[in-house]
Amino acid sequence: MRNRVIICEASEIIANGLAEIIDSMAQFDVVARLDNPEHVSEKILTTDANILIVNPTLLGFQSKDFLTQLEKEHDNLIIIALVASYLDHTMLAPYHGIIEINDTRAKVIGKMNEVAQNETSKKTDDVELSKREIDVLVAVAKGMMNKEIADMMNISIHTVISHRKNITRKTGIKSVSGLTVYAMLNNLIDENDLIH
Amino acid sequence: MAKKKDLFTKDTKLAELVAGDRRLLQLLPRFGIELGFGDRSVEEVCRMNKVSADLFLILCEIYTDSGYKPDPNELKRIDMNGLLPYLKASHQYYLDERFPHLEEHLQRIIKACGPKYGPMLSHFYDEYKREVMRHIKFYEEEVAFPYIEALLKGQHTDSYRIDEFEHNHTNIQDVLDDMMNILLKYLPGDILPKERVEISLDIMELSDDLNRHSVIEDHILIPYVESLENALS
Repeated sequence: MRNRVIICEASEIIANGLAEIIDSMAQFDVVARLDNPEHVSEKILTTDANILIVNPTLLGFQSKDFLTQLEKEHDNLIIIALVASYLDHTMLAPYHGIIEINDTRAKVIGKMNEVAQNETSKKTDDVELSKREIDVLVAVAKGMMNKEIADMMNISIHTVISHRKNITRKTGIKSVSGLTVYAMLNNLIDENDLIH
Repeated sequence: MAKKKDLFTKDTKLAELVAGDRRLLQLLPRFGIELGFGDRSVEEVCRMNKVSADLFLILCEIYTDSGYKPDPNELKRIDMNGLLPYLKASHQYYLDERFPHLEEHLQRIIKACGPKYGPMLSHFYDEYKREVMRHIKFYEEEVAFPYIEALLKGQHTDSYRIDEFEHNHTNIQDVLDDMMNILLKYLPGDILPKERVEISLDIMELSDDLNRHSVIEDHILIPYVESLENALS
């Protein structure tokens, strides 16, 4: 799987330099650059990013809450600290990895690969679909749109999208037509349920 | 950026090159390179077949090294005349040979599935085929490529820009991967297992080929067309 990276850093020089290194790696694409964390969460959704590299100083004193919130909203998001000055190690504890601005190109590449690999291997653990995920799967297979599913289940569109990401991760199936076949093979729906 | 040593150069014998990686064989017909090349070097064979050796080598690089991304500055110096014919020949190959071959296998599996799963699989494949056709035939052959050909003749229209092209071609690979997962993981085990192994090997090969094909479109074709657009606007 290709990794989609968002860089959140105020310095354009640093952000562009880092983006250049990451873009040179085959399995990584920088999909967005932000100079402040205000719209990070929406950006992650619209770009389908799985890695966020952020300068912790941008998050201020609320950084821990902010990160917990992000992790709650986006399953499997990898958050990497981009460190340009001395920071206390307790402040860096919540991050999955740390890139320092003095790191060489090779070191940055090594760290990115390591973090991405660790997280992917962790993900393979749970494969069973939860009750909620099955409900969403059935709705998707029947041809319902995210908005309709959200209204029906009384949840936000964000949550629907996050369920759909998990369904795809667990089943290995990405397309709606593939999910429909999967649902039928598992007797979750039958032909009469399909909207043609 | 530190550039790794090229594995092959213009002086490499073509026979040695394809012996080193069998996937490179499939590039030859797409470039219109005839067999019977004997012990000639890449450069000689390319010259005889009127193909840019630089372009040929970059595409070989993409096929042998999954992590390879062409260097944009190097691309600017390369003769791209052969690119469009190459891409068209690749599309033709997928449409005329690979997909019909897949379909043949799949039809047998669909038949063996019986009335319970057969129609659903058949529907899944039909939808996929429509998507592939729509993408390759309509989108690339009828919209994008004519646009690029017009650009090459110096005509610039505002009706279309190449950056619209990028967002439209991951789905074909996704559904192909889905198809393989369904065949291997989810269809009941007793339905034509041998056939399913065969078809899965074919799908893996095609999926790999399509992957490299998108690298060529994303990292060579699009920057090239953008440079044409900029030169004309």
